[in-house]
Amino acid sequence: MSYFLFRRLLSLLLTLLLATIVIFAVLEIVPGDPARLMLGINATEDAVAALREQLGLNQPLLTRYFSWIGGLLQGDLGRSFTYSSSVGELIGERIWVSLPLALLALTLSTVIAVPVGLYAAARRGRASDTAIMAATQFGIAIPNFWFALLLVYLFAIVLRWVPAGGFPGWEAGIWPALKALALPAIALALPQAAILSRIARSALIEVLGEDFIRTARAKGLTRSQTLWHHALRNALIPVVTIMGLQFAFLLAGTIIIENVFYLPGLGRLVFQAITQHDLPVVQGTVLLLVASVVLTNFLVDLVYAWIDPRLRKTAQ
Amino acid sequence: MSLLSVENLSLSIRGKPILKEVDFRLEPGRITGLVGESGSGKSLTALSIMQLLPSGSRATGSIRFNGQELLDAGEETMCALRGDDIGMVFQEPMTALNPLKTIGEQVAEGIRIHAGASDREAQERAAAILDRVGLPRERFPLSRFPHELSGGQRQRVVIAMACAMRPKLLIADEPTTALDVLVQARILELLRELVAEDNMAMLFISHDLGVVAELADDIVVMRRGEVKEAGPAVTVLKNRKHPYTAQLAEASSHIPAQSKPWHSEACDAPLLAVENLICEYPGHRMSLFAKSPPFRAVDDVSFEMQDGEILGLVGESGCGKSTLSRAILGLMRPVSGKILSKGEVLNTPEIIDTKGIVHLAQAVFQDPYGSFNPRHTAERLVAEPLFLDRIASRTEKRGRVVEALESVGLAADDLGKYPHEFSGGQRQRLAIARAIVNHPRLIVADEPVSALDVSIRAQILDLIVELRERKGLAWLFISHDLSVVHALCDTVMVMQHGKIVEAGPARPLYAAPKQAYTKELISAAPDLDAALKSRLKSAKPERMKK
Repeated sequence: MSYFLFRRLLSLLLTLLLATIVIFAVLEIVPGDPARLMLGINATEDAVAALREQLGLNQPLLTRYFSWIGGLLQGDLGRSFTYSSSVGELIGERIWVSLPLALLALTLSTVIAVPVGLYAAARRGRASDTAIMAATQFGIAIPNFWFALLLVYLFAIVLRWVPAGGFPGWEAGIWPALKALALPAIALALPQAAILSRIARSALIEVLGEDFIRTARAKGLTRSQTLWHHALRNALIPVVTIMGLQFAFLLAGTIIIENVFYLPGLGRLVFQAITQHDLPVVQGTVLLLVASVVLTNFLVDLVYAWIDPRLRKTAQ
Repeated sequence: MSLLSVENLSLSIRGKPILKEVDFRLEPGRITGLVGESGSGKSLTALSIMQLLPSGSRATGSIRFNGQELLDAGEETMCALRGDDIGMVFQEPMTALNPLKTIGEQVAEGIRIHAGASDREAQERAAAILDRVGLPRERFPLSRFPHELSGGQRQRVVIAMACAMRPKLLIADEPTTALDVLVQARILELLRELVAEDNMAMLFISHDLGVVAELADDIVVMRRGEVKEAGPAVTVLKNRKHPYTAQLAEASSHIPAQSKPWHSEACDAPLLAVENLICEYPGHRMSLFAKSPPFRAVDDVSFEMQDGEILGLVGESGCGKSTLSRAILGLMRPVSGKILSKGEVLNTPEIIDTKGIVHLAQAVFQDPYGSFNPRHTAERLVAEPLFLDRIASRTEKRGRVVEALESVGLAADDLGKYPHEFSGGQRQRLAIARAIVNHPRLIVADEPVSALDVSIRAQILDLIVELRERKGLAWLFISHDLSVVHALCDTVMVMQHGKIVEAGPARPLYAAPKQAYTKELISAAPDLDAALKSRLKSAKPERMKK
């Protein structure tokens, strides 16, 4: 097991290292001069040259890469070109919106999807199963920003239960902050739940067709005992895989929802930084997102090993 | 009153009739063999008794167990009976156990449910029954997972689960079909002991008349959902009154007709010569710096094959048979040793002359369905190897495919069909057609008839001999079934732990094996005629006493 952990960790670190190279290289290739962009089209050549010098853009490629990596190792992500603060601070502020939002949406989607998927699988082919599958089809098809607007109309404008947008910050207290995140989390969670419930259903249906389910029934277990004690855990692997992918998406892929609800999250930060050629911010945020994806996959691997003893064995 | 009486049982699934008026009875302490080919309704008869039929099934008639009617018993009653008074063992031990639960937990589960035992008590009783089926706690702790056990050991766990509550009736559905002959013999012995000890009734489902002739007191012969013949096993199998029983019995001890016995012609260079071949699989990584030693699957093997020879290679699973065949086919690189054909080296550790190998040998595998792409037509499937001959013209290709199909008893009409449109036997013919399409001199056949019904198996054995006689094809026939090898092969090699332990002409080797291992294999192989003979012999003295 410890060898398994060691190997996973090693591959995690290598992936991250590779990611820094790719991120740095891609941003070098992207056309456009940050200094010119910051000063506007009317700026004189001298002013642009001075700013380039000041931002360190004239240094050789490798020097800049290594000074970025060197900073990273000391926890310094560099300074933003456009905001007068460090990248670390910028990300630190935003992550307290994005991370809780992603976790909330993931929890919500799992809590909805797994029971729904299991119920549909257990009643496969009957009317309730067909209805649920039709509903999930609908859930996948609806664009989440449109669904978000409906939610805002109903809960913020008609019922006035929650604010229509903005984020008061955690300093305002847990309750107002959660209230501000509730609608975006629902808007994000529902399409994810629709996908996840379909995965859970098909995984369970597959497991229910396995030989060992018949063996369990021949032992005298009832249908529901078989479902709970034998089928469920076997059906978890594909569900956990999709959950891992969804978490990564929820952390970074929320730009539209953040815009709809006017939330100061990571998605908006990246988007603004890209349009303004704020390289340190883009680099830092993208690296953070890559790290979270890699880390999620690492956790998913650990969960696999916990679920399935055969994976533990090959890991040894 | 019988323990179980099945009367007039008819079954239809989604309107399609499956069973027609099935009648038989089971008595305590007696083993009843239920035989028939695939699709005869054996398994669905068993599932009718268990009331575990697929959805959309409708059963009529009567199944009375201990005086209780099962067909209209509710789900609750059946749950109480299943695993308690009626136990069932299934065919596929590799998939019959939940991979995520320990064997102790899986055996204890049934005991908890039926006996209302506490966790600890159930674990104790599970340990006792596992010990009873030959898995003592010291060597097989309850914390083992199924993947840590071999096929035979897993089947013992399934038997332990079925017998944990000392059932009155045990249903065993092809419990040894997926196992080696030696393991099969041990499992059959265990089942026989359990029946005798607990005075159980056992319904033993099998397609193998040899096994049933050895084991069963009574026999029920089924075909297409109907009982064709029933009665005491030895009498029925000896007299073979019903034409279908006779047909099954003939097929299961079928010896392919040969126009003249094959004998090796003295020639300068053998078709295939293997010299000191060694194949290894790399060891598992134990830590960052250490690997376990490599596993030697083929250990210093040498042999020769002549044109038109049918050479049988037998041994238990894991003995290296398949690895040897893979090396000969060029699918695996040996560690050392040579493979030669007609004096030319095809294979050394450094180079594999793939071109030479594909023109020498082609392969046929056990599972014809799994070796075909289901979306390709027969024409495309059979034509696959032709790209090696760089045949571009469509008409020439089609001509070669039709020729191959006709050689194996299929027709040009079959060109456009897909694999699922063929029966199991036809698919194996298709696999053989694909193997012979580019005129190889040798076919390496890895368990080509193990998955087939006896009558289809007999036809394929005939085809193998026919192709040898018409085209001079040599066959390397790999099997764990010595009786088939005996019926078909000219020469036999017995393999154990990667080594050839005994080799020679088939008939003398079978009649007088020299090695203990060969003897063991031969005596474990179920053989209809031998089983009947020995049971008639042991029955006679009893009758005289009476």
